[in-house]
Order: sequence, then structure tokens, then C-alpha cells
Amino acid sequence: MASSHIKRAQRLAGTAERAVSRVTTPLRNFGFPYRIPTVPRGVEVPPEVTGLGAHYDTEWARRPLASGVRGIITEGPIRLAARVLANPEVAGLDRLSDLMRMEDPPPVIFAPTHHSHFDTGVMIRSIPTVWRRQLVIAAAADYFFDKKWKSAISALSLNAVPIDRESAGRTSSDLLSGLIADGCSLVIYPEGGRSPDGWGQSFKGGAAFLSSKTLTPVVPVFIEGTGAIFGKGMKRPKPGNTKVVFGSALSPLEGESTRRFNARIEAAVTVLGDEAITDYWSARQRAARGMSPVLTGPEYTSWRRDWDLADRRKLGAAGKRRRQKRTWPDLG
Amino acid sequence: MPRPGFVLDVDRSTPPMLFWRGENFSLERLPADRSRVIYPPEPLAGIEDVDGAIRNALLNPMDAEPLPTLLKPDMKLTICFDDASLSLPKMRQPDTRQRIIEAVLEMAAAAGVDDVHLIAALGLHRRMHDYELKHVLGDRIFDAFHPRGTLYQHDAEDYDNLAVIGETEEGEILEINKRVAESDLVVYANVNQVAMDGGWKSITTGVASYRCLSFHHNPKTLQNTRSLMDRHHSDLHKSLWRMGKVLRDSGPQVFTVETTLNTDTFPKPFDFLAKREWEWNAKDRATYLATQKSLSAMPVKARRKVMHNIESPYKMTSVQAGFTPTVHEETLKNVYAQHLVDVEGQTDILTMGIPYICPYNPEGIMNPILVMCMGLGYLFNMYRGKPLVREGGVIIMTHPTYPDFNPVHHPSYIDFFEEVLPDSTNPAVMSEKWEKKYAEDEWYRHLYRTGNAYHGVHPFYAWYWGAHGQQHASKVIIVGGDAATVRRLGFTPASTMNDAFEIASDVVGRSPSITHLHVPSVLVADVK
Repeated sequence: MASSHIKRAQRLAGTAERAVSRVTTPLRNFGFPYRIPTVPRGVEVPPEVTGLGAHYDTEWARRPLASGVRGIITEGPIRLAARVLANPEVAGLDRLSDLMRMEDPPPVIFAPTHHSHFDTGVMIRSIPTVWRRQLVIAAAADYFFDKKWKSAISALSLNAVPIDRESAGRTSSDLLSGLIADGCSLVIYPEGGRSPDGWGQSFKGGAAFLSSKTLTPVVPVFIEGTGAIFGKGMKRPKPGNTKVVFGSALSPLEGESTRRFNARIEAAVTVLGDEAITDYWSARQRAARGMSPVLTGPEYTSWRRDWDLADRRKLGAAGKRRRQKRTWPDLG
Repeated sequence: MPRPGFVLDVDRSTPPMLFWRGENFSLERLPADRSRVIYPPEPLAGIEDVDGAIRNALLNPMDAEPLPTLLKPDMKLTICFDDASLSLPKMRQPDTRQRIIEAVLEMAAAAGVDDVHLIAALGLHRRMHDYELKHVLGDRIFDAFHPRGTLYQHDAEDYDNLAVIGETEEGEILEINKRVAESDLVVYANVNQVAMDGGWKSITTGVASYRCLSFHHNPKTLQNTRSLMDRHHSDLHKSLWRMGKVLRDSGPQVFTVETTLNTDTFPKPFDFLAKREWEWNAKDRATYLATQKSLSAMPVKARRKVMHNIESPYKMTSVQAGFTPTVHEETLKNVYAQHLVDVEGQTDILTMGIPYICPYNPEGIMNPILVMCMGLGYLFNMYRGKPLVREGGVIIMTHPTYPDFNPVHHPSYIDFFEEVLPDSTNPAVMSEKWEKKYAEDEWYRHLYRTGNAYHGVHPFYAWYWGAHGQQHASKVIIVGGDAATVRRLGFTPASTMNDAFEIASDVVGRSPSITHLHVPSVLVADVK
């Protein structure tokens, strides 16, 4: 019975394929104007203004209808996927309790590490509701906004806004500053993109610059474990555990340059990274001695770097909960 | 601007007053023209930058060097902190103690201090469960120190790890935790919810032995403690301050950090509890009715669960650090700024609602002995100057007073109720006849040291806590309590408030003056 259904489906698929082929085959044989024109030698074609990339207008995605749809997407499939695939353990939110409990919590800039596309889902799951309702994700214009369909999906589902990674244009910074001024909180990955090899990258100054410009506090965040779940280059996700550690909010000091503030944010994330795989006290002690393990990994290259990464990842999983067995006093 | 506390004279237009009845509450109408209600001051504003204030206190201490200059790489640093008996109800995270200890640890890490121990200063209280430790200290500190065995709870029966520091002029022996005694620096993180807390009391009771505590936790001292909330007129505190002097002269250096809280006790939807009844809007009234009816319909266990799950949105109103006595005097000023209410004269009858919680049943059952302790020990002692009720007056409390006990937390309380109370309710008699047996009982000692039980002697101390109130009032009536249990306590049961007034008339006549202590929130009556 089942095999007859399969055979019928196969016959129908074959018929459809032949019909499509009959229509498209002649088209492929046609030239211009049915196809894109060829460019004569020596002629430079001016770039087409597509409205994509950093120029993509995401205003529509913040209107009530789109926000409602996004609410359903983020609270449903995205949070569920983050729970099922990444099982994030959230730590350090108490460091933000004073901000969270203000009558009108101010917007903040979250500056997490970036190892995977999953980081955004994990952040959406972990960020407290007071900021999640008006959360904007700074996404790479050249990756998420290079096609119309990708742009629409990114803007609608994540409230992503394009950020230009290739040039320090004012378009992105003006847009983000305006959104912060409107009360939106922002997730911006200071590393500028996913880690290519599992280790972190040096921080770019975007978060620090925006914070100084808008006087908005930056919350350093370390995400542990997403690289092993769906790191750059992986074809399919491999479910695992993650840990998200929030740090205390940082604000630029009086007269502090963006470069110095950026270094302070990176240092804070570095300590959180140590805290995520060891414990709070060890991390503080190492930080005080200037011996926190750097996010960018060891200086050397090749297999030794990968070898160390494997060790660090083991430590991360093992360091999640190390409980001492209850010690019973010796009553003689 | 928060309004100060005040005394309301009850007239015919005064609405019924809120009374706690354990895990529930009721509204009771007080007789017009001869009753008054003492309302607590409204919660003071909290400090906005709490972490900044703590850091500032550590860097600019009172009568002490800044903390970073006291920290040396090869030193023994011990951080002691108050247990789960504070705050009540438990404050929502992050707890004040976590904030203080994290600030101290930051400085210790910067100074390169490796040998750090954290000790929960339990005294003879029960050991905290891990989840309680995590609530007080936060996950970060717990995960960093507990697995290493450097975060632990004081054991007042571990004589191998206790050390005698010295003796006071009155012959009181100060015996404390050996690690504390041998430390180069002890930092004590306090939560000063009421005026009784803090000062030398924290360390000389929190990390002391039973032998040491018995010098001041006895009927004689507590009957002469007038009151627990007035350190300068409390024999208990005088004894503790004498011990503090011994500690200062012969013990480790102590760096005290004290914090005061406002009285913002109940979060929504229970915030109506702190409002004045005539200011309840439609929503408050609806919430009261819904809550009161729902709690009445629930089984007692579920009711307890609901109430014990409440986390208070307390805010810190001050933080001061440095030399213990100097710090404590400043703390007292800040505590009184929140709690004091001026009251003219004493009363014939004092009424009070007994809530579901007292310092000795966080997460547990408020058993009958704790009802006595809360009423006659704590609420009766909420005065400065003179007690609110005149000597020979009547105290009326409202509480269901079930004969229920938590066998894990209060094992010796059960035997105290069954064995000691039928014999005598007189603190002096029970102290003479029974205390030693309970204090030295091996089974209670084992449960205290290895489980989550209060020390065997603890029900005696809870009873002594009310000794002054018991001696002062000629009759104590419990409205709505289990009759047999109330009689076992030596009190008189009554079904309704009117019945209680009728019973009281035998002692105070037909037209007595009545004063109602309106809790929540906490207040201290400055009786002139």
C-alpha cells in the first residue's frame, strides 16, 4: 500500500520536472535582453544602488505589526531552539539588578563574545525581559543584508540592523545612536564577526564608541560553548551546553578615550571568560595578577592552537558545576 | 519624601485594622475613643549606587585603616557573615552580604591574599541549606569557595576548632571559632535589620561556643534587657560588649561592615500590607480579599510555601565600615531613623498580629514556642524607654498557634513542648531543671552538627527571649490559636478579639486603653 503511494509520488515529481524543463530550457538559449547584458571592455559599470547592505532600511521591522510577529518568533521558535540546542546556563544577572529594578530601566549595550550564529539566539534567551522587549541586534551588513530576503528575515525575526564592517561610515553609527536614544538596547559583537578558529578575536571599538557617544552603559558578556555547537565552518549544529556570564555595566570614565574604554571592556570580558571556565575567586585572583587567559588564545599557530582550544573546551564543560561532596564532621 | 511613623487615635470612622494571623491576616475593629494604633514610618529611600557606597565605606572606614592597607599577601583573612535569620523575609538577590563580600574579595585579590575563608556565623542556629547559602552569597562566591572547603558554617560544638580568647571582668569566657581567633584580619559582613543586630553581638555570638553563649543567653540577663532594641539598657548587650573588649584586646583584628535596610518589606501583590488601611484603593481591597480568601482555602503547607517564597525588595539605606563600636553607633542612628516612632505613655492592653516568620524559622514552621518568642521576645521588645504596655497589663496576640513543628529544623523544640512546658513555663525553673540535659544531649548535638537542626538548647533560648515580656505582663491572650497549645504555653486562648477584650477585663477593667502595634513594617516605639 505504502509502496504504491511512493511510486505515484515519484511519477508526479517526474512529470513536474519535465514540464519545468520544457519552459526553462528555451529561456537559457535566449540572450540579452532575456539575460544580463555582457559588459564591453574598458567600460566601468557604476555600482547599483540596491538599498541593501548598510543602506537597508529596517524601519518597517520596528512597526507594531512586525514587532508583534517578532515577539512570537523570538519567544517561540528562537528561544525554543536556543533551549534545545544550546541549553544556556545564565550567570551574573544579579550584577545588573540595580539597573533592571529602576522604574524606567535605561537602555544598555550588550557586548558579547561571538563564536556562532547561535550567539544571538542564546543572547535573546538570556537577556532579561526589561531589555528584551526593545532589543536591537547589530548584524553584519555584508552578510545578513546582502540579499533582500535575508535582510527581511534578519530584520523581522531578530530586529537586526545593518552595521558596516568594512568601512567606518556614519550611517550605521547614526542609526544605532538614534535607536538607543529611542530607548532600544543593543547587542553588538565587538569582535566584528564569528571566530574563525574557536578562539576569540581582538575587540573593535564599536561598542565603546557608541557608549561614549550616547552615554549608555556597556554590559560585557562572555558566551561559553556556542563555538562547539555551531561554530564557523560547521555544516550542522551539534547540541550541547552553553554558559552566558554577564558582567557589571561599564560606563566611560571622564576623559577616557574610546580606545582605552574598549580595552577595559575587553579586559572585563576576559575575566568573565576565566570565570566561566573556573570560578569567580580564581578569575579575580588571576586578573589582579594580570594573568587572565587571553580571549585570543595562545600566540603560537597551527595544531598547538587547536590542541589548546580542545583543552579549554573540556575545562568549560567540566567547570560548569563542580560541587564538593558534603563533608561530615568526624564525631570521633 | 517618606512620611514618619505616627500614632492614630481610633474613632468611630477608623476602619478595621490589619492583624497578622500566621500565614494569613484578618481585619479587626478596635474599640473607638480608647484605642490607638502605632504606624511605622514609611520606607526611607535606598542608596542608588550600592556597590559604590560599599566600596567607599571600605576605602574610608571609621576609626580604622582603609581595608586595602590591611590586606597583605601572606595573611589569613576570614570573612564572617550573618546567617539566614537575616533578613526577614529573605531579601531578593543580590543580598547585601554578597555585595559586601564581593567588594572585599576584589580588594583581597588585588592585594594577593590567597588564604581566605568564609564562615557563616550561625551561633547555635541551624546550618543553612546550600540553596540558602547561594541565596545569601550568590552563585559566584558559592561556586568558588564551597568546593574548596573554604566556605563553611560555624560549629559551636566542634571543640577542636574553638579557642578561648580570654575572660571578662565578670568572669565570662570568650570562646570562638579557632580559624577566626587565628586570623590576621576578620571582616564581618552584617545585615542590621533591627537595632538589636550588629556591633560586638555579631562576632561574639555568631562564631562562639555554647559555653560562651550561656553567659548571656539566660533568664536573668534577658529579664534585665530593657529592651533588646536599646543597646544601652540591655544586659545582654552589656555582656556582649564586655566580651567585645576582650576580643579587641586579645583577639584578631576585626573590620566590621554594617548595613541598614529600609522597611520596603513586601513586593507586589502583597504591598498593600504596608499601607495604611484608609488609603487602600479598590485594587488593594480586592487584593486583600483575594489573598485572604485564597490563603484560607489552601492547606497549611501550601500557605506556608506561598508566604516563605516572598522575597523582600529591601533597599540599603546606609553602609559603614571600620572599628566595630564606632561603626555600630552610626548604624544605630540609621536604624532608628527608619524605625523610631514617638509614643506618649503606656497602655493597658497591647495588641499585635504574629506573622508567619521569625528569625528562627526561615523556610520553616512557626511552632508554638516561636510564637511566644516572636510576640513576647521580639514584638514586645520593640520599644525604647518604657514598654508599650504597663507592668501588669495584658498582651493580646493573633496567631493560629498550631502544634506543628519542623522535625528537621526543630527536633529539640518538639521535646521541649512535650516535656518541659508541661512541667514549667517559668524560664528560671526550666533553666535550672532542664537546660543542661538538652544542651548536652548527644542526639541533638549530632543533628545540629551534621544536619540542619537548631542546637538542642535553642528552644530554651527562644523561651528566655520572651522572659522580660512574660514577667512584665500579667496575662497573655492568643486569639484564634489552638486552645490546648495556647494553654500549654501558659497563655489564655480566645476565639475572637472581642472575647479577648472581655477576658482581659478581669485584669485591666472594663475600659482599658488599647494600643495596637501595626506590623508590618518594623517599628520601635520611643515611649515617653
